[in-house]
Amino acid sequence: MSILIDRETRLLVQGITGKEGLFHSEQMRENGTNIVAGVTPGKGGEWVLDEKVPIFDTVQTAVKATGANVSVIFVPAKFSFDAIYEAIESQMELIICITEGIPAMDMLKIKSILRTSNSILIGPNSPGIITPGQAKVGIIPGNIALPGNIGVVSRSGTLTYEVLHALKENEKGVSTCVGIGGDAIIGSSFIDILSMFDQDADTEKVILIGEIGGKEEELAADYIATEMTKPVVAYIAGRTAPKGKRMGHAGAIIEGRAGSAMQKIELFRKAGVKVAEYPEDIPALL
Amino acid sequence: MKIQEYQVKQIFSKYEIPTPKGQVALNASYVEQIAEDLGDKIVIKAQVLVGGRGKAGGIRLANSPDEAEEIATEMMGMEINGFPIHKVLVEEAVDIQQELYLGIATDRLQASPVIIASSYGGMDIEETAEEAPEKVSRVQIDPLVGLCDFQIRCLAVSIDLSRKHWRRFTQIANALWEIYESYDASLVEINPLVISEGNGLMALDGKMTIDDNALFRHPELADLRDLDMENPYEIEAQKYGISYIHMPGNIGCLVNGAGLAMATMDILKLKGGEPANFLDIGGGASAEKVSSAFRILLSDEKVSAILVNIFGGITRCDEIAQGITIAMEEQKKIKIPIVVRLAGTNAEEGYKILEKRKLPVGHSLTEAAQLAINLVVGKKL
Repeated sequence: MSILIDRETRLLVQGITGKEGLFHSEQMRENGTNIVAGVTPGKGGEWVLDEKVPIFDTVQTAVKATGANVSVIFVPAKFSFDAIYEAIESQMELIICITEGIPAMDMLKIKSILRTSNSILIGPNSPGIITPGQAKVGIIPGNIALPGNIGVVSRSGTLTYEVLHALKENEKGVSTCVGIGGDAIIGSSFIDILSMFDQDADTEKVILIGEIGGKEEELAADYIATEMTKPVVAYIAGRTAPKGKRMGHAGAIIEGRAGSAMQKIELFRKAGVKVAEYPEDIPALL
Repeated sequence: MKIQEYQVKQIFSKYEIPTPKGQVALNASYVEQIAEDLGDKIVIKAQVLVGGRGKAGGIRLANSPDEAEEIATEMMGMEINGFPIHKVLVEEAVDIQQELYLGIATDRLQASPVIIASSYGGMDIEETAEEAPEKVSRVQIDPLVGLCDFQIRCLAVSIDLSRKHWRRFTQIANALWEIYESYDASLVEINPLVISEGNGLMALDGKMTIDDNALFRHPELADLRDLDMENPYEIEAQKYGISYIHMPGNIGCLVNGAGLAMATMDILKLKGGEPANFLDIGGGASAEKVSSAFRILLSDEKVSAILVNIFGGITRCDEIAQGITIAMEEQKKIKIPIVVRLAGTNAEEGYKILEKRKLPVGHSLTEAAQLAINLVVGKKL
């Protein structure tokens, strides 16, 4: 087992003929992912990836023809609202949005739509998901993780690679690694993923990689203290980051004084979580 | 993108939110002219995008047009938090009966827009929110539905707003929502929203932040940006799509990805070094972008070593190495050491390109950080 993606995943790539979409589709396939379809409006009927993957004009026709159950989105920010909505309307079980720079208003609308849907959205601005040895969806380099029993959940991209690399150097393997995305408004939270890992038979321990800003880590610390059964190790980036040039009062009214790295670290420690001093320090704490 | 109070008030006027009479001035003599038409009590407000303006002497009262000009002259020579004052807003003074707060913002945790109101507006609203949260009311807005009148009534009731102000309050709240939505704002705030002598509700101050990701939908807003309010290096960096924040240390950092850039700064500090900046070159950076990043780093005279930490995913390490080579050739006078750590996509190819340069190499993040710190020992901060 693992969470979210595995050998059985039937992947659809939205934006498969774009530069990023095509390059990463090749990479995903090399890592064992079963790509069953691509969508590029206007190119329906063509084939890509050695003429083995059919392209469709709409997600709906692609799902009907191929039984795709997971979609990854590589379309430009301008068109991402449309692409995510289309995937939700086509009842994709899981939608992973790699695109960065999507307007917050578009994501607020998507979140509102998701409240009445069963689809799970990961991202946007996510590096994707990897279940080593089985499948990878997104842009995480495939060769930096070994199969194993450590779950990884992160808000960051390259920092996640750094941690995966450190685990591999220490011969520690990963069940699944999930990049939830660095934007303010995202589909799935730390808690959503932590609870999946808690129920996953193949995951024994979890690493959480957070950073300054927002209040998601604070809520995760509370969840770990009260509900989570498996041990968690955390790393929080941004102890030295300069304070943001904040303006207006609404942010502080909503989020209170939370958000600093030290505050997050303290809350994790109180929740019984070991907190690493730097990324390469993580394997020793497992 | 944050915009100035006078710009926010121009938008308010367009949406029929009442504001005090007034005008913006770029020089003190024009202040006198504006003041002539405003009566004998005049407010001069420095237009800067930093907090604590009132306490720093950036809001002052004048009793005549002459005095207004005098005050403006003084103000225009001042700085607030390092930002020079180039514009002042000249307004009629308003007799205030009560100060309220009204704003719409994006609530990250609820992933929803939220409208916030309080009958305890003014400078201390944050403390009020923390110490007496019952005095601050908030209602979530479904962006697919918009703000509804009943929600505004709920707010009015919960802040004990006198019924005679309800109509105006509803009109102002609806206008704020329209502004939030049509400008892709992440914040639009009236603080204080005052009940004035005789004139009912009025926006005495306004703040607004526009979502940078949505600027492509609003090309007309580019003109509202005030470059005087931004650090010149940061503006230069933005031109190349680089995120750069200046810091007081002496080790320049060049990293891909914001999280990794922060982690790199953190480890420097942890091991006893001082980072000179946060610099994220973004994903898939070209050689040209890397050499621009070097120019920005080297323009800070305090930088006495540079630490390049790249974990390639979309970014290719050979492309980064090319960029370093270009930068070293462009700027023959680079006298300071450059520590390089490459990992991930095409790292070996990258190291091969740099072989001849004989740069110090760190094979892990920790090792690279330690090398950079050793190289600046004895260099002043």
